[in-house]
Amino acid sequence: MNSVVYEMWLRQLKRYWRSKARIIGSLAQPILFLVALGFGFGPIFQAAGGGNYIEFLAPGIIAMSILFTAVFNGIEIIWDRQFGFLKETLVAPVSRYKIMLGRTLGGATVATIQGIIVLLISLVIGFTPYNFMMVLVALIFMFLIAILFTAFGTAVASRLEDMQAFQLIMNFVVMPLFFLSGALFPLTSLPGALTIVTKLNPLSYGVDGVRSALTGISHLGVFMDFTVLISISFLMTIIGSYLFSKIEI
Amino acid sequence: MENIIEVKNLVKKFDGFVAVNNISFNVKEGEIFAFLGPNGAGKTTTIRILTTLLHPSSGELKVNGHSPVSEKFEVRCSFGIVFQDPSLDDELTAYENMELHAVFYGVKEDLRKERIKNLLNLVELWERKDYLVKHFSGGMKRRLEIARGLIHHPKILFLDEPTLGLDPQTRNFLWNYIKEMNKKEKMTVFFTTHYMEEADKIADRIAIIDKGKIIKTGKPDEIKKQTNSSSLEEAFLKLTGHAIREEEASAKDHMRMRRRLWAGGRR
Repeated sequence: MNSVVYEMWLRQLKRYWRSKARIIGSLAQPILFLVALGFGFGPIFQAAGGGNYIEFLAPGIIAMSILFTAVFNGIEIIWDRQFGFLKETLVAPVSRYKIMLGRTLGGATVATIQGIIVLLISLVIGFTPYNFMMVLVALIFMFLIAILFTAFGTAVASRLEDMQAFQLIMNFVVMPLFFLSGALFPLTSLPGALTIVTKLNPLSYGVDGVRSALTGISHLGVFMDFTVLISISFLMTIIGSYLFSKIEI
Repeated sequence: MENIIEVKNLVKKFDGFVAVNNISFNVKEGEIFAFLGPNGAGKTTTIRILTTLLHPSSGELKVNGHSPVSEKFEVRCSFGIVFQDPSLDDELTAYENMELHAVFYGVKEDLRKERIKNLLNLVELWERKDYLVKHFSGGMKRRLEIARGLIHHPKILFLDEPTLGLDPQTRNFLWNYIKEMNKKEKMTVFFTTHYMEEADKIADRIAIIDKGKIIKTGKPDEIKKQTNSSSLEEAFLKLTGHAIREEEASAKDHMRMRRRLWAGGRR
């Protein structure tokens, strides 16, 4: 019966592959961030002694595109359960955990692919990983971020009725997570309160993990990044599965 | 004939609002049963409870001999359903939609291919099997949904307003097909509709529900006779009154409306 997990995974991939407009559309934002911020703040960053800003920024933007794609993928459930295929899966004689797992793995794979595309684009713009073997480690971190936030989206969507709440989640949860994760600026010399917030933000560990794998510079420590990220991803998948299994329509 | 659906004193409350208020009815095996009522009467809620999607507040239920509350798996194996709102994956092809369903219901691979081919042929969609569903018209989607609901040979088919927004040709086609399946496979059919002539023509028995209560059950002719009406529509209006039901729009209705705008009115 694990074919159910596989089929749900495959379905997410097919959907992604077939909506070319969406792939291209969702790349516009990361490219804009990379180019505008990268070249815009580059000289100041350099002058302040931070080194090459593109090198610093690219891992953050990769994490950002994964974050957005993953959350969106999870939150799509709100729509899907009323007007889509999800309702069909909810009456099927299969465990909802398997449905959720397949869907989450599929959504996470899609988000990771999106991250890889952004990585490739950043190579074109001028980013160079310090060690190409370490890109594989970066991929692991990218996938973990993807799992964490797809599961997060699923958990949230399982409890929401309306798509309007999506804007709320984006503005009050996802954007703060992104801005306070060290994706755009170093977390080294922040005021005390902000430091605490960034330490509590799981994405900080994701960004730091990807950055240390790609550039060799780590702020929180790779081992710490990995431990925190894998624990929270696991926890979030469990919470998401539980809430998903309780969906009533 | 045995009862395949048994409902006794079913109650469903949503935050103090009573959607289904102590209803009882039975559906016999092999019967075509119509569940009629004005908007907000509790039809869809009842279907959702019978199909394990909602928890009842109280009451005793049996679907194919099992409880939709405590034996979800067994119940889920025994029915097929066509929902009020579409439930196909638009980004997949017709064939892929069918295939996924077969996988979910554990239909073996060799059997799968044969059944999908037969069913798609029957609903006249075999030629379009590799088209993405998003390019289908409302009627084609409905045909596909019905075909899909039958892949696992369910004992009961639930249809929630299956002909809403379809042209007479498609409606006619669907009902003929469903009647045939009912005869050939002894499949029980439980459906809701707002088209009274449809219920009159198709259903063996009817239950009329209003404001969460069943106010009449019986054969269409009996109901017409008892209410001194020439048509089922007249009987229905006599029983439920002429007042138009004001329903407060729920989050779902808002989404439904936006979906219509997006989809350009394609169902």
